[in-house]
Amino acid sequence: TACCFFSYYFKEPSFISYVIEGKELTKEEKQRLRKEKKQQKKGKEKKDASLPQVSVAETAAPASQLKAERRARQEAERTSKQSKKGDTGQPATTIVKRLPEHIQVDDPDVLKKLAKKLERQQIPRRLDYGYKVSLFSHLLQYSRKAPLTQQLSIPSAVIHPAIVRLGLQYSQGIVAGSNARSIALLHAFKQVISDYTTPSNEELSRDLVNKLKPYISFLNQCRPLSASMGNAIKYIKKEISNIPSQFKEDDAKKKLLNCIECFIEEKIVLAAKAIAKSSIEKINDGDVILVYGCSSLVNHILCEAFEKGRKFRVIVVDSRPRLEGREALRRLVQKGISCTYVLISAVSYILPEVSKVFLGAHALLANGYVMSRVGTSQIALVAKAFNVPVLVCCETYKFCERVQTDSFVSNELDDPDDLIVTRKGETQLKDWQQVPRLGLLNLVYDVTPPDFVDLVITDLGMIPCTSVPVVLRVKNVDLL
Amino acid sequence: HKITSSCKHEATLSSTNQKAACSRSPGTMPGPYRETDLTEKVEAFLSDLKRGGSGTGPLRGSAETARETTALLRRITAQVRWSSAGDLMEVIRKEGRRMSAAQPSETTVGNMIRRVLKIIREEYARSRGSSEEADQQESLHKLLTSGGLSEENFRQYFTALKANVIEAINELLTELEGTTDNIAMQALEHIHSNEVIMTIGRSRTVEAFLKDAARKRKFHVIVAECAPFCQGHEMATSLSKDGIETTVITDAAIFAVMSRVNKVIIGTQTVLANGGLRAVNGTHTLALAAKHHSTPLIVCAPMFKLSPQFPNEEDTFHKFVSPHEVLPFTEGEILSKVNVHCPVFDYVPPELITLFISNIGGHAPSYIYRLMSELYHPEDHEL
Repeated sequence: TACCFFSYYFKEPSFISYVIEGKELTKEEKQRLRKEKKQQKKGKEKKDASLPQVSVAETAAPASQLKAERRARQEAERTSKQSKKGDTGQPATTIVKRLPEHIQVDDPDVLKKLAKKLERQQIPRRLDYGYKVSLFSHLLQYSRKAPLTQQLSIPSAVIHPAIVRLGLQYSQGIVAGSNARSIALLHAFKQVISDYTTPSNEELSRDLVNKLKPYISFLNQCRPLSASMGNAIKYIKKEISNIPSQFKEDDAKKKLLNCIECFIEEKIVLAAKAIAKSSIEKINDGDVILVYGCSSLVNHILCEAFEKGRKFRVIVVDSRPRLEGREALRRLVQKGISCTYVLISAVSYILPEVSKVFLGAHALLANGYVMSRVGTSQIALVAKAFNVPVLVCCETYKFCERVQTDSFVSNELDDPDDLIVTRKGETQLKDWQQVPRLGLLNLVYDVTPPDFVDLVITDLGMIPCTSVPVVLRVKNVDLL
Repeated sequence: HKITSSCKHEATLSSTNQKAACSRSPGTMPGPYRETDLTEKVEAFLSDLKRGGSGTGPLRGSAETARETTALLRRITAQVRWSSAGDLMEVIRKEGRRMSAAQPSETTVGNMIRRVLKIIREEYARSRGSSEEADQQESLHKLLTSGGLSEENFRQYFTALKANVIEAINELLTELEGTTDNIAMQALEHIHSNEVIMTIGRSRTVEAFLKDAARKRKFHVIVAECAPFCQGHEMATSLSKDGIETTVITDAAIFAVMSRVNKVIIGTQTVLANGGLRAVNGTHTLALAAKHHSTPLIVCAPMFKLSPQFPNEEDTFHKFVSPHEVLPFTEGEILSKVNVHCPVFDYVPPELITLFISNIGGHAPSYIYRLMSELYHPEDHEL
């Protein structure tokens, strides 16, 4: 312990490791070391001149007393905070819920803070591209031609290569779709965890979480995180911090990998099976089913129903510029389902033939609104006008506690150059950047009000849209 | 009777330059050639109509089509031999049937023919000396008291009839030339500053309307691009070049941005007899979204687009074009296993429309039937 105090006053962490090398540190000692480091940092920031720069020997005894008191105080605060399940912020400050930065782009202070944080984590920052429509000046707009990885040195010292690859796949749209993105994220994290080694004086449960933070910032910069990814990350962080400290590193890693596998298996794969089972009751022979875009869950349901022998035909509605419906069309046609294909502007023409509408969701918000690919709310609106039932299929891990009433406050803006099209050799919007008052808007998501949706099919059963907060509450109780 | 033509014969027969300016030119062409010249012109017009039927919109706008149809009808009136009003009406009906059959979706042609037929009836009635009101409609009272349908066979001959009819058709042509300006003049009554206006596709009438308002007021326009032909792009570039703040959105985002829109102003291909519209596809979705947000939907449509058709005539309402626009041939194997539809028009019911702005002012959709009775005679509804 004398050596510890030495290092505290000399402010040299490397000195600590040199001195204590080879000794098995107890948990208490590790905690104390960490606290001392924190105190050092605090002392530097606050320029606290009250720290006595006294020689070690004289102040050894009273310093230990002070330390004990301080430690006891901090323990008390930490336990009280744990019981409230609060954030690990500075002690004795109120917990303020922070707005995510990606919807505050028009606030220069927020941008400065974000830039500082990224600099600290050594992650390059992605810049906005093109003229942004004034209604959406609070959101980010990136260009696909300028991925973040161009500003990184490869191989990167800070970011694990699996994460770099994942970030590139996100920003180029190679991995798209809420389930696909979550599964890819979890697989990348499995890779990170198996490659991870704990530094000698750190605990796995804390250090791993800190290591994941810059990765998450990097992925966020490549493409804003989806609600399902957010929930998956929360789950992983919770599992990591619940690792008991006496676990050896290999056991801890095995446990974490197992947890991730369980999550994917339960929340995504088995949930899809359960949803398919309940949905098949809703599909009758002779049905004409309308689907929009490419939802992996809805495609799974239709393929299952077809295998079980239901006779129906499918109308796939698609929209520019993503044209994801063509992918869904390929998958369904491969199974042998008879399909029709139209663009979203023809949906009023085709709806009189339709008996049901199946929609996928990106997230279900706590006020019952369904956040999904842009165009979904339009289809639900027209279906309602023609009195066609609308069913939304969504796994419970996509439920999120945010609330939103319109598609403006929180959305994603995709590359505006996607709207440019060449028809008959003429590209009307080729030089849109030069024209001063012309803006292109490429929204990714929109929210559907709950009165357009008749039923939500989840792995917990079939619920109305307004029961989402009930499910969230039940889930939170379970996790406690 | 020697037909004294009051029309100059065009030297060039190129179909894009059919300017039927009329003035006397004695001795340019001998008599027997005049009739074949007329048939040539009619054939050229018909083939133009047939060719202009791709979904991108006709080769020329509806206003031009209306003007050309009327000019052609005037030429027919002037050149074809006829002795009584009934004969003339027969000739015009016959040619009119051919013209509307060439492109059934281009209803302006049929509308102009019906207008001219109404003009002939009116001029005949005026020449006969009877008041216009008496012969107008078959009222129930008249049916009961007169004991049977009034026999009106238009067989009487009047010398001044031809000149009167041609003069009336000239007036119609003048009216047609001023329609877009008349509509654009009303723009400032409907658009105020700092508005967000939404439109879909490309309509020359709406373009003129918005540009006229932009001279005095500042507002923001959102254009839905209207896939698969993306006429919205042209509209947006044209508007932004005139200094209007424009945004292009995809069709899928119409409902998403509707909550911020103050007015929806659209053009249409046809106004139907019940006050509904036959407009470019995607308009019904736009109208439903506007209704949901209680946003007024304003339709800028000149009077020559008003057609006595009803929307329930299923086989003639929709028009389809090549599905290559929707799913291109590069998609390969799945093409043979998939049905692809590419409709061009949408039906918008009259309950979703707030206001019609035409060259004679603004009307509610419930008033359209009355306007129609003024423009067309009920016996001409079926050509």
